[in-house]
Amino acid sequence: MLKPSTRTSLANKVWIGYSLSSIFLVIAFCLAITIGSVQVPLKEMLQIFWGSLFGTQGELDQTLKTIVVDIRFPRVVLAALVGASLAIAGASFQGLLKNPLADPYTLGVSSGASVGAVMTIFFGITLPGLGSFTLPVVSILAALATLFIVLGFARFVERSMKMETIILTGIIFSSFLGSILSLMIALTGEELRQIINWLLGSVSMRGWEYIRLIAPFFIIGSFLLMWNARELNAMAFGEERAQHLGVNVRLRKYVVLASGSLLTGAAVAVSGTIGFVGLVVPHIVRMAWGADHRHVLPLSVINGATLLIICDLAARTIISPTELPIGVITALIGAPVFGLILIKKRRESRG
Amino acid sequence: MLNVRDASGGYGERTVVKKVSFEVEQQEILGILGPNGSGKTTLMKMISGILPLKEGAITFRGKELSAYSSKQLAKEIAVLPQLHSHAFDYTVRETVSMGRYPHQKGMFAPWTKKDEAAVGDAMKQTGVSEFEHQSIQDLSGGERQRVFLAQALAQEPKLLLLDEPTNHLDLSYQKQLLDLLKEWTATHELTVVSIFHDLNIASLYCDRLLLLHYGETVRLSSPGDVLKKDIVEKVYQARVETQVHPELPKPQITLLPEHGQESSSMIQEDLFQVSSQHVLLTAPQSLKTLSSAVIGAGLGWHRHFVNRHVPMDYECADSYEDMCRYADENGWNAASTVGMMTAVMVEDVVIKEFKQEELSIVVAVTAGVGNAVDVALAHQRDEKQTVGTINSWIFVNGKLSDEAFIQAMMTATEAKVKALQQLNVKDPVTQTLATGTSTDSLLVAATQKGAYVQYAGPVTALGKMIGRGIVECTVEAIEVYRKRKNGSK
Repeated sequence: MLKPSTRTSLANKVWIGYSLSSIFLVIAFCLAITIGSVQVPLKEMLQIFWGSLFGTQGELDQTLKTIVVDIRFPRVVLAALVGASLAIAGASFQGLLKNPLADPYTLGVSSGASVGAVMTIFFGITLPGLGSFTLPVVSILAALATLFIVLGFARFVERSMKMETIILTGIIFSSFLGSILSLMIALTGEELRQIINWLLGSVSMRGWEYIRLIAPFFIIGSFLLMWNARELNAMAFGEERAQHLGVNVRLRKYVVLASGSLLTGAAVAVSGTIGFVGLVVPHIVRMAWGADHRHVLPLSVINGATLLIICDLAARTIISPTELPIGVITALIGAPVFGLILIKKRRESRG
Repeated sequence: MLNVRDASGGYGERTVVKKVSFEVEQQEILGILGPNGSGKTTLMKMISGILPLKEGAITFRGKELSAYSSKQLAKEIAVLPQLHSHAFDYTVRETVSMGRYPHQKGMFAPWTKKDEAAVGDAMKQTGVSEFEHQSIQDLSGGERQRVFLAQALAQEPKLLLLDEPTNHLDLSYQKQLLDLLKEWTATHELTVVSIFHDLNIASLYCDRLLLLHYGETVRLSSPGDVLKKDIVEKVYQARVETQVHPELPKPQITLLPEHGQESSSMIQEDLFQVSSQHVLLTAPQSLKTLSSAVIGAGLGWHRHFVNRHVPMDYECADSYEDMCRYADENGWNAASTVGMMTAVMVEDVVIKEFKQEELSIVVAVTAGVGNAVDVALAHQRDEKQTVGTINSWIFVNGKLSDEAFIQAMMTATEAKVKALQQLNVKDPVTQTLATGTSTDSLLVAATQKGAYVQYAGPVTALGKMIGRGIVECTVEAIEVYRKRKNGSK
């Protein structure tokens, strides 16, 4: 039997995880709203939100109010949604593929979604009945198609689908799709710099419209994944093992892959390709609070949001007034973490 | 409970398992045996519902496997696979808890008291409770194996499928695990189907064995019926011998390796070293022995043979320990020594060599008849033993069957009785003809090389030599003994 003291300590650990993560999220939110080319004091910020919520008109600086409510707030919310989507998608891909290096970016899913998004934007496609939702829907479909092609190819190369094979396939498809994008852009004759900035990812100047585009997909995708948390736990031991434990592997696998693609596609559609969030966040969450997907997924959502808010803050303040693409910041953090995980995994498999 | 009818299955075009049929009764342990590539694991995958059948049918409790949903099946059947892959640092408790998956209902299933009890019980039974908060990646292979067994047991299955469950486990955990399974078949109405590599373990724990070869059933029966020398040799392409288990009526298989067959030197008279302390023979290689000595008794393999002189008033509570010490002190390993004791002057030993064609023997006897007994009237005597004994050694340069060993002992004993008769040795108490002394010891040792000897009755080649040798040596030894006794008077 479990000693009561250790049981509480275990429960505490997860509880601490949720508390700390939430605190960090709030801190990141406050920092991102207050810091920038124009500094907004914390007190002012609270007053502005209070005023907007309850309609009380205090003596507010209208310029500050515009900066906070119309520029920074949507930007921060968008960053949070994109970060959360990518992080939970990464965590679920990792669980399903038993592969800690899998994330939307390394699997090539982000690139696939970008191709879909770029096609929609530059050819001005609008699917009947979808309106502005054409962009995320096409991105999601492209993401899903890419995922199946990558996994199919990896399985074709090597039936056992080793960790490295999947990632190698993902990277190859990623660079192939990147070239297709460049080709498309060159052929359309648009200004390259702007598009490359978009490709490297940004959450600036998107406004509430983009939040409306991603929010429903984020809610549906996250819900579907969290519903499959226990199945992901079982599948982390291999599909056969999961089947033995009573998981309907075929169904659950497709649900998880589709949800992951849904989240990735929607995130890419609104912000371009932002890499490594789905790699770094779940990795840190697992290290700190264990591998149980029932907690890894929600904690990844919270911390993914925090990470991308901070990265966006860094992107727009480091060499202000020029803005860096946010993908540059995430890659600066993500690539070394990728290396570390790879080293750790190789050591383990050798030892 | 489980019914497999003409099941065939495999991967792609290749059919690995061909028309296998068997039935498993409730609470039975069925072992699946076979050489590598015989289709054991494939058959297991078919039974666990992972691999669809090509032909035939598998029913569990009268219902086809495919009619069960994954969850329903996992409530009834649990599987312990051979290899485990795991990408993340789950703790032992988390891993075992996943075994409750099929029993949990609803989308965000609550953790019930029943779940907690099943997990705790499974961890306790498999002895993994002590590291429940450790990561499974930090465990040894054997510990991990037990964690996954706990996971399977937490499913509370009615049928447990195991693929080489004792892999990675040391001897004590192998025994613990299998004893546990055996116990659960009785207490938890568990039925077990398991693949085994180790034929002897399978023989000990399984009620029935299914032997596969090239995907086909070779035999399906009790261990004694399946593990026969000719069947095992044919299927496994290896020289083996079956032996009895010391405690259970289950056969045990012993490999007969190809090495150790090279010719060796013979046992001859000149190998004996005789002193006033002991008669010693150190053989060039270990000999197969059957004896009633103080140490190294029974059937075994030994190199050093000692007949130690002890004083008339030798009294030792534990002569076994004393003899072991004596052997070790003299640099013979007690474990490879056959040691006898006698109060007789051991330098009076009579050693003779006999030879007939390829077969040769050496006989050595020390005799004292102060304690002679007529076995027919021995019931009239009290228990008291006095010293004076006949120790006989027979070394055979030949290969003896088990029956030849026993017949050699009989022949030698009969010959000894005859020798005592010839010399008219009498039981001092009953005054009838003696048949031996109360503490006689006999050793038959064979090189197990050279001429094969199936029987050693009195009229066989070996029996004739033993009879003659024992009579001649014993007579001479008793005469020397009497001379010395009379001389000392």
